[in-house]
Amino acid sequence: MYVYQDYDQRLLDERVAQFRDQTQRYLDGKLAEDEYRPLRLQNGLYVQRYAPMLRVAVPYGMMASQQLRMLAHICRTWDKGYCHVSTRQNIQFNWPDLQDVPDILAALASVQMHAIQTSGNCIRNTTTDEFAGVNPKEIDDPRPWCELIRQWSTFNPEFAYLPRKFKIAVNAVPDEDPALIGVHDIGVQIVKNDKGETGFQVWAGGGLGRTPMTGEIIGEFVEQQDLLAYLEAILRVYNKYGIRDNKYKARIKIIVKAMGREKFRELTEREFAELKDGPVTLTEQEMARMRASFPAPAYDSLSDMPEALSQALASDKAFSRWYHTNTRAHKQPGYRAVTLTLKKTGRVPGDISDDQLDVVADLADRYSFGEVRSTHQQNMVLADVRQDQLFDLWQALDGLGLATPNLKLLTDIVACPGGDYCSLANAKSIPIAEAIQRRFDDMDYLHDLGELDINISGCMNACGHHHIGHIGILGVDKKGREYYQITLGGRGDKMSRIGDKMGPSFESDEVADVVEKIVSLYVELRHDGELFIDTYERVGMEPFKERIYGSAN
Amino acid sequence: MAQLIKDGALCDNSWIRVTPEDVEGIPASGDIIVSLSCWQEQKDMLKDHNGKVAVCLEPGQEPAEIADDLAELPMIAINFPVFADGRGYSYARELRTRYGYQGEIRAVGDVLQDQLFYMWRCGFNAFDVRADKDAAEALKGLNDFTVTYQADARDPRPIYRRQPA
Repeated sequence: MYVYQDYDQRLLDERVAQFRDQTQRYLDGKLAEDEYRPLRLQNGLYVQRYAPMLRVAVPYGMMASQQLRMLAHICRTWDKGYCHVSTRQNIQFNWPDLQDVPDILAALASVQMHAIQTSGNCIRNTTTDEFAGVNPKEIDDPRPWCELIRQWSTFNPEFAYLPRKFKIAVNAVPDEDPALIGVHDIGVQIVKNDKGETGFQVWAGGGLGRTPMTGEIIGEFVEQQDLLAYLEAILRVYNKYGIRDNKYKARIKIIVKAMGREKFRELTEREFAELKDGPVTLTEQEMARMRASFPAPAYDSLSDMPEALSQALASDKAFSRWYHTNTRAHKQPGYRAVTLTLKKTGRVPGDISDDQLDVVADLADRYSFGEVRSTHQQNMVLADVRQDQLFDLWQALDGLGLATPNLKLLTDIVACPGGDYCSLANAKSIPIAEAIQRRFDDMDYLHDLGELDINISGCMNACGHHHIGHIGILGVDKKGREYYQITLGGRGDKMSRIGDKMGPSFESDEVADVVEKIVSLYVELRHDGELFIDTYERVGMEPFKERIYGSAN
Repeated sequence: MAQLIKDGALCDNSWIRVTPEDVEGIPASGDIIVSLSCWQEQKDMLKDHNGKVAVCLEPGQEPAEIADDLAELPMIAINFPVFADGRGYSYARELRTRYGYQGEIRAVGDVLQDQLFYMWRCGFNAFDVRADKDAAEALKGLNDFTVTYQADARDPRPIYRRQPA
């Protein structure tokens, strides 16, 4: 992964000093609340229901084992012994004290981590496929491009005070959308032209939140050296023309929609024409340096399905189930990519404890070249595990509660922290996730159901990505009571699609029943081998609506 | 007490900002900063003003609107009604980079220490710090960082063109 140069580290150290000074001035009363707020937000610091929440950036989900150990240390020293993986692949601490945050940032900076631009109206953490670099289907490694975007967006002086937050994702897999580029402010699809040259198809104007929509293709083929120039052109158009007097209309999607794709493209092209071939153009040397920052690890020369693995699969049913559910194919023969699901029933989705972090760091060192990834489904990944070591790894993970064989299954629920922590939330998310997990406690049945994404958000801001859940659950406030609205048919797998609203919302104790009814109707309707989302797309909303609301009549 | 920072140091402010709301209208002499509409309506008259004349752009008023007048303007002010409205950053950047404007670009309005470094990088060289703030303190904001990744109005080279080959 990218290793800091002296100047990267110096920038981070200067940032820590700057934020320490800003926080001190705030505590001394020299900075007013509304002057400090955007500053702390641009450093990922929210004031929440019970305590501030600090969101730490994990650039495109990549972490080294010593970074994980530092997160564990922060959990122990300044928090309550756990942290949370967010849907932007970031890490959140729920209980730090405001005055400790500068010290936490200094600790993070010592392992090349930070909280820069993890919130606020600026360019956020760039995300990508958690299997970047090992995914056999990708046409290029997206991480060098992500790192270029990270550096370009970090303290970019022109784009620090945008109309609203701005999220960029990069995908290198054709015909699939593991990075959800369709629902990002900018989605970058790495493509090859007919000469075999790498370039980018650039989408703009997607997003979830209050007005969910998928983006439009603005740039058909942006040449690789022009990536940053093209992004800069889009950002300049957005910074100048984005809506600023209504925060619900401030995302780029609203102006792309309002002015139309052609007009937006025309404005972008005009800015781009001035930047193209200028100094922002990426140099061959810089692109090569970035590619070299993500070398393939020192793989052993192996073949697939070694004896040790086939024997373990034949003799241990639980291991076999985990293998087929939580590990996936790898570019390199003899290796698999392993997902550690943070979705054990009874644990908050995405939460991980200090002790678990330490052990995962050790396991990463032993089995996966010392690297760990976080995923937008709130899980973690060891991307480079030898197949003949999978059984040992599984045993270690099982002992930790990190080997629940439910990846992509109904209980692998994505949920925001919700009303238990977040002051923006209209309703709680965590107890809803738990109620559903408890209802579906039969692992055989879950496997029979197959892939089924449930996403829960506690409010319109959609941190739980409810719009792209096959079943989406949104907390709403009705006269001071928590209700939940259900959407069906959203997806964020092969493509991004916004789910359809089913109908009137439900009380919290009804949600698990409703999910159960939806699922049992799917079981009745499905053709052989048909997944929930495919059944939904075939039969549409009506039968589900009838089953849920009809039965009340 | 001086509230103006110019080219990295505190200095006296000889300029008077004349807003459309000012009932007295344009003073008979002295250096003045007028609104875009005032400039557009009274350009010819203002050319005979006894003193220098600058134009103030508000958010939503792009540099393109004064592109033909830049040679006559010794200074362009860009107003930040609230510091979180970041349009002025792009305007300053455009003035320097697209139009090659060499005169003073002054940030006025809600101008605070913690935004100065960004503003300076976008091409502002003067900062009329908000009246209730200590400009001497705010001056420190220009030195928050010694490292920058991107091209900016000060140095057109991003970091990957600044490294020795």
